[in-house]
Amino acid sequence: MLRLEKRPQPSRLWTWLTPVLAVLITMLAGGALFATLGKDPLEAIATIFWRPLFGEFAFYYRPQLLLKGAPLVLIAIGLSLGFRAGIWNIGAEGQYIVGALAGAGVGLAFYPAESWMIFPLMVLAGAVGGWAWAMIPAVLKLRFGTNEILVSLMLVYVAEQLLAAMALGLMKNPDGHGFPGSRNLRQYESAHNGELISGTGMHWGVVAAFIAVIFAHILLNRHILGYHIRLTGQAPRAARFAGVRPARLVLFCLGTSGALAGLAGLFEVAGPAGQVSIDFNVGYGFTAIIVAFLGRLHPVGILLAGLLMALTYIGGEIAQSNLGLPAAAIQIFQGMLLFFLLAVDLLTNYRIRISSREVA
Amino acid sequence: MTLSRVLTTAALALGLATTALAQDKTKVGFIYVGPIGDGGWTFEHDKGRRAVEAHFGDAVETVYRESVPEGADAERAITEMALQGADLIFSTSFGYMEPTLAVAAKFPNVKFEHATGYKTAPNVSTYSARFYEGRAVQGHIAGRMTKSNIIGYIASFPIPEVIRGINSAYIHAKKVNPDVDFKIVWAYTWFDPAKEADAATALIEQGADVILQHTDSTAPQAAAEKAGGVITFGQASDMSEYAPLPRVSSIIDNWAPYYIARTQAVIDGSWESVQTWDGIGAGMVGIGEISEAVPADIRDEALALKNAIAKGAHHPFTGPLKKQDGSDWLAAGEVADDGTLLGMNFYVEGISGQIPN
Repeated sequence: MLRLEKRPQPSRLWTWLTPVLAVLITMLAGGALFATLGKDPLEAIATIFWRPLFGEFAFYYRPQLLLKGAPLVLIAIGLSLGFRAGIWNIGAEGQYIVGALAGAGVGLAFYPAESWMIFPLMVLAGAVGGWAWAMIPAVLKLRFGTNEILVSLMLVYVAEQLLAAMALGLMKNPDGHGFPGSRNLRQYESAHNGELISGTGMHWGVVAAFIAVIFAHILLNRHILGYHIRLTGQAPRAARFAGVRPARLVLFCLGTSGALAGLAGLFEVAGPAGQVSIDFNVGYGFTAIIVAFLGRLHPVGILLAGLLMALTYIGGEIAQSNLGLPAAAIQIFQGMLLFFLLAVDLLTNYRIRISSREVA
Repeated sequence: MTLSRVLTTAALALGLATTALAQDKTKVGFIYVGPIGDGGWTFEHDKGRRAVEAHFGDAVETVYRESVPEGADAERAITEMALQGADLIFSTSFGYMEPTLAVAAKFPNVKFEHATGYKTAPNVSTYSARFYEGRAVQGHIAGRMTKSNIIGYIASFPIPEVIRGINSAYIHAKKVNPDVDFKIVWAYTWFDPAKEADAATALIEQGADVILQHTDSTAPQAAAEKAGGVITFGQASDMSEYAPLPRVSSIIDNWAPYYIARTQAVIDGSWESVQTWDGIGAGMVGIGEISEAVPADIRDEALALKNAIAKGAHHPFTGPLKKQDGSDWLAAGEVADDGTLLGMNFYVEGISGQIPN
């Protein structure tokens, strides 16, 4: 019979193999799902994973992968720092919104002045906005011992209300005939986060995501703070003896993840989205949690996971319009990915033994 | 910047040209904000799409994408349809306005139709329905039917479209029942069954025995059915599964005639950018069957009102009307102009509470 045996140490091999395995199982189970919906499973899987990269319109979809992946990677990198240290920022979505509002607010305040300084100021405001929103759970945790999971999550809903209020009130386009939504920042040269090289999808947010990956890698491997983060996550008691100050770590991890989420929001609102609207946020802050774990909380892993997630989004969209798959089926498909990842994670910490017979 | 934009356009246009050659069917695309099974807004647009398919048969192929978030994702969805060779694309939510215009600029040969917006381009039309005409009929029935004189209103977002509906319903309820009071809850969503049910329950607890909704799910109907003694109206779709009670009538969006006409225009090559705003008369707004729970005299009055609006004999916003702050708006016999209606950002006199800002 099968028996689970705890490994003395998590398997290094399986740590890297399980995400790949999870993707493969997702393809199988997803294929079965699509087949029961009456679609050709092979064609559906090929549409999702192949067509965005090498299909007829790949020239359009490849840049879109960067557009969709960049905010995911940027947010997930920030979250992974905290997750490694056992500090759970679940409210990146809220920090994303507030960053976008702060950044867009600066841009709109300058309208219609044109200056090269406006965009850098917006970037700064975006980071500060996200940072400040994340400081609320951080300070409450340190001062009153509140749970950062709950507080940061609840603040997402507060941020959504703030967003609606801004889109309908203060930031509403004065030339918009009373309709909600701000001016279109894409039509405001100084505030527009446009493509740096046309047709590539490269905008400042993509650049920022790559920089974040590199910095996170250096931080975790070469810097004492990164060592403290890893140590706190693995052995909290030992960390205290090693002189880690938990309060500082909470402030750093929540602050950094908040600032990165805020940046992601700013780059989105000034670029692909273009305007502050009631439904500006589409869940990047929550999806980034999946990306962080799919990437093993490792910077390079997160980069790959972010791109994979973007691929399932864009491929899923193509499958919807080409094969007539319902949107919900695509969401189930994405949900499976996390589900199977968590399931096969078992193999990292346990090994399966086949024992002949139990001796009573 | 300019050169790069030209290059992008050229690349996209090339992609379009290659697919356009591959087929001679007219391809019509639809972008939906909700799932096609929402039973309300998106459901009715999809009904319009199916009517196009039924009407043209093999001459037309339709494609759709449901639950498309507004913003950057919408731009990709619309671009994708244009790339795949769509000749005509309907984007069916207000939030698709900027994305629709952005894509339209890159595909000058594709025609676009944006619902409920106000920005047009040579290849972008807008279309919307005068739902406030239906609200007038609804308000009349509500004012006559209420016993508690408290009418609950589940509003979505404080935008002109919604405010127009509240005003129209209020004016006509007040006309037949001077003691009527409107309680308005802002749900800040178009479709969220849980929130809508909460709003309905809260209104019923405050004594409302009529619930009007400007949100798309049937959750308020279910809440009213559970509470008992409360009547409701179907929104966007007939919601007849809740008839005869609590649902006593409905406002139905009927997009099929418009979709068929516009598709025909593309086939004929006579398509032009227009701004359409049709109501009961043109058949874009329908009044669902008034159930037997409504006494015959009230039903007859309501139908008479509907016919008067359809014929143009009665305009729901006819003076004398004052704004909420008591200032004059329309003199006796004067009719509101479309510009004011399209940008409506005030309540009429008598409604309590403020429009959130």
